[in-house]
Amino acid sequence: MQWAAEQALAEGTVPDFRWLIASDVCKHCTHAGCLDVCPTGALFRTEFGTVVVQDEVCNGCGYCVAACPFGVIDKRKDPTTTGAARQVEIGIANKCTLCYDRISLDAKPACAQACPTTSIQFGDLDEMRERARERVEALHANGFTEARLYGANPNDGVGGTGSVFLLLDEPEVYGLPPDPIVTTHDLPDIFRKAGLAGLTMLAGAAVSFLGRGNS
Amino acid sequence: MSDAEELRADDSTNGPVPQPDTDAGESGAVTAPAAAPVRRRRRRRDDIMVPDAAFDSYYGRSVVKPAPWDYKIPTYLYSGGLAAGSALVAVGAEMTGRTLLQRNARLTALGALGVSTVALVADLGRPSRFVNMLRVMKLTSPMSIGSWILAGFGAFTGVAAASEVAKFVIKPDSAINRYLPIVDRGASIGAGFFSAPLAAYTAVLLSNTATPTWHGIYRELPFAFVGSGMAAAGGAAMVTTTTRQTAPARRMALGGAALELTAFRLLEHNAGLVGEPLPQLRQGKAGQLLGASTALSLTGIGLTVLAGRWRPAAVLAGLAFNGASATLRFGVFHAGIESAKDPKYTVVPQKERIAAREAQAALSWSSNASTPGALRPPTSQSPQELA
Repeated sequence: MQWAAEQALAEGTVPDFRWLIASDVCKHCTHAGCLDVCPTGALFRTEFGTVVVQDEVCNGCGYCVAACPFGVIDKRKDPTTTGAARQVEIGIANKCTLCYDRISLDAKPACAQACPTTSIQFGDLDEMRERARERVEALHANGFTEARLYGANPNDGVGGTGSVFLLLDEPEVYGLPPDPIVTTHDLPDIFRKAGLAGLTMLAGAAVSFLGRGNS
Repeated sequence: MSDAEELRADDSTNGPVPQPDTDAGESGAVTAPAAAPVRRRRRRRDDIMVPDAAFDSYYGRSVVKPAPWDYKIPTYLYSGGLAAGSALVAVGAEMTGRTLLQRNARLTALGALGVSTVALVADLGRPSRFVNMLRVMKLTSPMSIGSWILAGFGAFTGVAAASEVAKFVIKPDSAINRYLPIVDRGASIGAGFFSAPLAAYTAVLLSNTATPTWHGIYRELPFAFVGSGMAAAGGAAMVTTTTRQTAPARRMALGGAALELTAFRLLEHNAGLVGEPLPQLRQGKAGQLLGASTALSLTGIGLTVLAGRWRPAAVLAGLAFNGASATLRFGVFHAGIESAKDPKYTVVPQKERIAAREAQAALSWSSNASTPGALRPPTSQSPQELA
């Protein structure tokens, strides 16, 4: 496949379309907006550094859905499968757990296990980032200069993601936000503005009652 | 230790062209999302600064998900503001000896709080688990803080309303009357203490999300919301209470409406691209609701100024203020939902942020031959990044 691509590139006959494939997996952010805003503590960080919903605790407020900068987590509206195990999840938040149950038993997540081309790989985050950087360098050396990593920077707006992607175009082409920032980054300022507004309200009420005209 | 997965997207030079199930135009966006899976020419950097320029997306599908909320949440926002403002009216009435206004405002606060709480609980995917809100207190979660504010406000407002009822029920010579004023005053102060947080936090609730419009207007929205709550509460007092006692309520309604209108104009002016779903002349549910809100506010102000001491006019004005408050909440709510559905409002501001950062990096690192990483601050090591 790569040979065909390289030959097409050399002949200048590259067709004007291509396949771009990505999984819509949870990014397992270092600064996870969903986890920050969850009012019940149903979302928690596991011992693996992943972010998981406890379905017995979630009350389905949906705040995490609006807070996720990647649009990953959602409320389950319909039973997609039958059976008691699924019934409990209707109305509450659901997302990828990076197979918390499987990795607890030293198994790979199901997606990484099932992927026949090892396009999805699982392992220690530092090692994965390193492998991804090597792969990008190899792609660059082969002329695929558009290859770039996504989520591998611990200094980005979400503190880096646990799921690192190798993209061949701008992130938004894949439906990914180009520069995600966790919404709670601005929360101190949001609270300050709301505090000022609250004081304004108290002052307004006081002035209203102190004012003249006691008719 | 964290775990990771790497995902590799591979090129293919042949294969059927997938026919996208595009929902272009559904959101009424100015920009046409990708209509075909053809790789488009990469945009020039200059295009980024032009809001109407084409932007890339995955077949026009949203990046962030709209909040899974319906009319119950804006109902909750409106009635919460009304309850909070009414508690303040009740405190003021108590301190200035307006007993009728005090009673009506307390009962209004309790009624509005009831509507607010029912709407919030009903909106949950699992209403039976509402109490889980009170299992933790999380400062990073406005929903958690709001639940606690609601609980505190509710407790004091309940006591205040019970105290009003007790004044009718308890005989004048009963011993309870010795303690009733203490309870009464305590309930007033308590409800007053929670009132401003209750009115202001609803703006935080919306703004602390990835929803572009809600987050983008966080500086002005709490002022619009507390103004709206004051106008609604003042208006409610004008409806329920004789004009002889409602002079302060009229002033509060006027001040609140003025604050709301001013904050909202400012908000629209400062919002930039993410303010697009707001403007009132634009078609769409949000624009119509917000247009109605302004019209109702102005009607209320006009009636109050011209004939606020005449009861029928006061009642009409009070209803107009409440209509304005409710439509403001619904309008802001729908504007946010629209902004989440259209990837433009998520992608374009973020691309602008990257471009601004690159421009700054290029300025300060102009002597450096290598291009700084597009998505990274200058400190990180990312020579591979070629954006």
